[in-house]
Amino acid sequence: MSTTFPVQQTAKRGQWREGSGAKLWLARNASQLALAPSVAIILLAVYGFMVWTGVVSFTASKMLPTYEFVGFDQYWRLWSNPIWRIAVDNIFIFAILFIAIASIIGMALAILVDQKIRAEGFFRTIYLYPMALSFIVTGTAWKWILNPGLGIERMVRLWGWDSFRFDWLVDPRFAIYTLVIAGVWQSSGFVMALFLAALRGIDEDITKAARLDGAGSFQIYRRIIIPQLGPAFLTVFVILTQQAVKSFDLVVALTAGGPGNSTHLPATFMYMQTFGRDQMAVGAASAMMIFMTVTAVVAPYLYSDVRKQRDDT
Amino acid sequence: MLNRNLVLATALLLSGSTSMALAGGPNVEVMHYWTSGSEAAGLNVLKKLLEERGVTWSDSPVAGGTGMNMVQVLRARIASDTAPAAAQMHAQQVQAWASEEVLTDLTDLAKKDDWAKVIAPELVPLISHDGSYVAVPVNVHRSNWLWYNKKVFDSAGLQPPTTWDEFNEVSEKLLAKGVTPLALGGQPWQELDLFENAVLGIGGADFYRKAVIDEDEAALRSDTMVKVFDQLRKMNKYIDSNYPGRDWNLATQMVIKGEAGMQIMGDWAKGELSLANLQPNVDYGCVPAPGTKGSYVWLTDNFGFFKTKDKDKQAGQLAMASAILDKGFQEAFNIKKGSIPSRIDVSMDKFDFCGKAAFADRAEAQKSQKSLPSLAHNAAAGATKTGVFTDVVSTFFETPSVTSQQAIEQLVTGLKSAQ
Repeated sequence: MSTTFPVQQTAKRGQWREGSGAKLWLARNASQLALAPSVAIILLAVYGFMVWTGVVSFTASKMLPTYEFVGFDQYWRLWSNPIWRIAVDNIFIFAILFIAIASIIGMALAILVDQKIRAEGFFRTIYLYPMALSFIVTGTAWKWILNPGLGIERMVRLWGWDSFRFDWLVDPRFAIYTLVIAGVWQSSGFVMALFLAALRGIDEDITKAARLDGAGSFQIYRRIIIPQLGPAFLTVFVILTQQAVKSFDLVVALTAGGPGNSTHLPATFMYMQTFGRDQMAVGAASAMMIFMTVTAVVAPYLYSDVRKQRDDT
Repeated sequence: MLNRNLVLATALLLSGSTSMALAGGPNVEVMHYWTSGSEAAGLNVLKKLLEERGVTWSDSPVAGGTGMNMVQVLRARIASDTAPAAAQMHAQQVQAWASEEVLTDLTDLAKKDDWAKVIAPELVPLISHDGSYVAVPVNVHRSNWLWYNKKVFDSAGLQPPTTWDEFNEVSEKLLAKGVTPLALGGQPWQELDLFENAVLGIGGADFYRKAVIDEDEAALRSDTMVKVFDQLRKMNKYIDSNYPGRDWNLATQMVIKGEAGMQIMGDWAKGELSLANLQPNVDYGCVPAPGTKGSYVWLTDNFGFFKTKDKDKQAGQLAMASAILDKGFQEAFNIKKGSIPSRIDVSMDKFDFCGKAAFADRAEAQKSQKSLPSLAHNAAAGATKTGVFTDVVSTFFETPSVTSQQAIEQLVTGLKSAQ
C-alpha cells in the first residue's frame, strides 16, 4: 500500500491536469475574465463610438447618419460658424477662470478648516453640500439669484442703493462670467475636500520643527506645506478640467446659451447642431475638436503616470 | 368565480404594463411633447375617440416645449429600429423624415377621406412628399398676432397699432406712461418671431416669400431688410431690461397684469389669457401684428407614421390618421389648444372671438395668396437654415453693437454655408 500510494497520487494529479485544463486556465485567468465584459463594453461603447463619431464628421450626415464622404468640409463649415468661435473663446475663458478660482478658494477654505477649528465637521459639510446638487439645480438657482429683477440687484436696490447694477446675466459681454460664478460655487467645496485630505497627510513633525526654528504660519504654508501639495494640485486640475470641458447642464439651466448666443460652450454647440439643426456631421466635427483638446490636456498627465509606473517596476 | 376575476385582473395588468405587442388588435404608440395641461387634455380627446373605435393607445410623451428632446429620443428609436407608430412633428420635420423614407404612405386613406378637399390647401405641399401624403395636420396656429391689454390702452387713449410706424408711436406713449410697451422673452425663437413679423409687416407678403422662403440674396441685401433690422433695434428700448431667457408665458403674464402693453405671439398665448379668466375683446384684444392685416402666418403640428410590417400597428396608424381629421376631434382639440382646425369645413360656432377671427382671416388670406408658413416654427425653412436666421437675429437683437448691415452680411454668408 505504501508503495503504490505515490504512484496513484501522481496518476491522479496527471489526470486532474489533463481532464480539467479548462478549470486551471479559469483559475489562472479569473480576474481577466471578470473584467472582460466591462472591457468589451467600454471598447465598444466608448472607444468604438469615438471612432464612429470621427467617421461621421467626414460625412454629409444631416438628420440621420449617412456614409457619403465629403472630406474636411464639415470642419470648414464648423470653423466658419461664428457661434462655434464664440464657444471656443468661451471655453478658454470659462475653464481658466473656473479652474483658477475654484482651486484658490478651495485651497483657502481647506487651510482655514485645517486650523483645528471648533465644529469642523459642520463647516466641512456646509462647504461640501453644493457638490451634492446637480448642475441643473445650481444653474436654476443662480439664474434667479443673478436675475436683475429678482435677485441680488433688486435686493440691494430695495435696501436703498437705487443705482446699484449687477446685470451680468443679461449682458452679452459679461454673461460668461456668471457661469464661472455658479461653477465655482458648486465645485469649491469639493476642491476643499481634496486639499484638506492632502493637508492632513503632511507630517506634522516638519511643521513643528519649522515652528521651533521661528517660522510664522504664513511662511510655513508658503514654503513647507503648499509645495508638498503637488499631487493634490494635479488631481484637482485634471478633475476641474474635465468638469469645465463637459459643462453642458450648467449652461442649459443658467443662460441657455444666451443672451445673444454669448454663452455657448462647445458642448452646447454640439448638442444644438446635432439635434436642433439637423447638422449631425458638423456636431460630430465639433465633438472631435473637443476630444482633441481634452486629449492635449490629459495625455501628458497619462503619459507621466504610465512612465512613473514603469519606473517603479 | 374568484379564479376568473384573478385571470381578468392579471390580463388587465399585463395589457396595461407591458408593451403593446402582447395586446391583440389594432394599436398605436404615440410619441409627442404635448404635456402641458391644455395640450394633454386635447390629446386625450383623440385617445378616447380611438378607444371607441377599438384602437389601443399607448402614450410616449417626451416633455420639453420645443420638441428638441423628443427629436433626440425619436432618432434613437429609429436608429435602433424600434420607431413608435406615430410621432408629432412640425411641417418641415415632416419633410425631413419623409426624405429619410421612414414615413408610411397615407395616400389611399387620403383618397378615401377626400383630404384634398378638406385640408387647408397651403398645408398640403408640406404634408406630402413625392406626390403621396405622409402626415396628418392636427391644428393650425397663427403667429402674426398682437395681444394687447385693453385697460392699459383705454386709459392711455390708444388704439392698437396697424403699422410698425404706429407701433413705435404707441410704444413711445406707453413708455411715457411708465408701462413697458412690449412684453418679450429673450429666447431665440421669440426674437425670431418678432423678426418674421417685422419682415412681413414692413416688406409685405411677396418680400416675405423672397427673403424667408426662397432666401433670395437680393431680397436679403435690400434696403427693406435694413429697415427690418433697424425696427428690431428700435424695439430694444420698448422692452424691459430683464427680458433675457424669459419664457413666453411669463411675458404674457406681464400683459395680463398690465405691466406691459402688448405682446407679439402666436395664439397659444390665449391659453394663458383664459387661465387668468380674461375675456377676448373685453380685457384683452387680438389684432394682426403691425402691417400684417390680410396675411396669415401659419404653423402646424402634424402626426407622421413610421413604416412597420405589423398588421395591427398598420391598422392602428390608419385609424389614428383618420381620427385626427374627425370634425368633432378637430373642434374639441383646437378649442383647448387655442389653434384653429386644419380642416376648412369645421363649424367655428363654439370658438372664441380670436379663434373665429383667425379662421376668417385664414380664408381671406388663402384667396389672396397671403397665407404664409412661419419661419420661427419650422414651417418656412428646414432646421439648418432656420438655425442661421435664429442665430443671427438673436445675436443682433441682444448685442447692441451689431449693425443692421453686419447682421445682413452674417445672414447671407450663413445661409450660403447652410446649402
